[in-house]
Amino acid sequence: MLETYLPLVIMLIVGFAVAIIFMVLSEWLGARRSTAEKKTTYESGMIPYKNARDRFSVKFYMVAVSFIVFDIEVVFLYPWAVQFSKLGLAAFIAMMSFIFILLVGYIYELKKGGFDWD
Amino acid sequence: MNEIIFVTVSALIKSIAVVLCIVLLSAAVSVYIERKVSAFIQNRIGPNRVGPFGTLQPIVDVIKLLFKEDVVPAGADYQFHRLGPVLSLGVAIVVYAVIPFSSPFMMNIAGVDRLIQFGIAPNINIGILYILAMTSVGVYGITLAGWSSNSKYSLLGGLRSSAQMISYELSMGLAIVGILMITGSFSMNDIVMHQQGWKINLLLQPLGFIIFLVSAFAETNRAPFDLPEAEPELVGGYNTEYTGMKFGMFFLAEYSNMAVSSAMICTLYFGGWMLPFSPSLIGLHENTLALSLVQFAWLLLKVIFCIFFFVWVRWSIPRFRYDQLMRLGWKVLLPLAIFNVVATAIVMYIIK
Repeated sequence: MLETYLPLVIMLIVGFAVAIIFMVLSEWLGARRSTAEKKTTYESGMIPYKNARDRFSVKFYMVAVSFIVFDIEVVFLYPWAVQFSKLGLAAFIAMMSFIFILLVGYIYELKKGGFDWD
Repeated sequence: MNEIIFVTVSALIKSIAVVLCIVLLSAAVSVYIERKVSAFIQNRIGPNRVGPFGTLQPIVDVIKLLFKEDVVPAGADYQFHRLGPVLSLGVAIVVYAVIPFSSPFMMNIAGVDRLIQFGIAPNINIGILYILAMTSVGVYGITLAGWSSNSKYSLLGGLRSSAQMISYELSMGLAIVGILMITGSFSMNDIVMHQQGWKINLLLQPLGFIIFLVSAFAETNRAPFDLPEAEPELVGGYNTEYTGMKFGMFFLAEYSNMAVSSAMICTLYFGGWMLPFSPSLIGLHENTLALSLVQFAWLLLKVIFCIFFFVWVRWSIPRFRYDQLMRLGWKVLLPLAIFNVVATAIVMYIIK
């Protein structure tokens, strides 16, 4: 158990360590001549106005909600797909009806315009 | 106990070797290929000053970026601003852990014969899940970078990018389901082993391959889908407010992601390291170092061709509009991917 997953953990540590080293090197080696002008954000040469963390389009939330619904479908499909050749007709019919029910929901959202991006 | 020490040491050596030789080198090679191919397509010469044919250009770029000033905007959330590039690059690196680079070879270490395989954990039985989980974490890096900069362009770029990535992740995940059904395993190595000879998954899953390819382009935020960094509208996208190596880390992450996507396309659909003929045909035996090296070279050849393909597409196809991108993801690829799953299931059930 440990021997199987240990290499993954080590790779995770090494990978993120490399990323952190790059970031620290960048902060440590770079020049430091900071001015107030330099610290303003880019806004096409204008003086930035208001906070950038304002409200944004609700469409992004729609995409996120649809993503969760269909991602759960994908997660349900995976164990079934891996065991597919060992499972019988019952599992086949069960999964097809699951996909069918989701397709009904998909068509409903399509007709309601949930996927439209004007 | 002895076994655990061996696993730890070998994994440590392998992961450092993979990070240094493959991740950073593959990013450098991808950058070089990108610049040379784009120069060729645009009838320019491209980098030719540093090193033979300009091959050292990416390394010089990294050194330059390291010595650039690190500017953080005044209103930025400092810790999240630092976390963004770390997450992006870290995730792009650790995905390499489950990709198999060759078949195992026999080696005598401290008096014990052991089977060693290029690749850190290619036999792990959650390979595909691990890759999907990691690419999901990659979305956070970009979203955080966009949000924390306190710049309108960054925020819009980050939002666009995250919406695009989660939309295409679905089709990507569904396209792999067909392969999982054929192979019956999550392990990347099992998927390669299943494609013995000419039985590559490309021939069994042509529709799945096209869906996966398009989704891979969108996932890596590359060309025709490079909306997050659409210069005319968003300046630079989520990395507008980044300077120095922190900007370079996003750059490295993009190219590293491109290389890892190419490696995944080759592993899942083109047979990975599996040679298209019996190894005895060229006088090599199973479980020898020479055979492993030949298989590694064969995989590398395919990966480089895939990277070339990525670059080729970038400089040939104009960018999508955002509503076109969303329409393609949700109204074309997603139904096609579901159809692919159902069709594969029915065909496999009939054959069985």
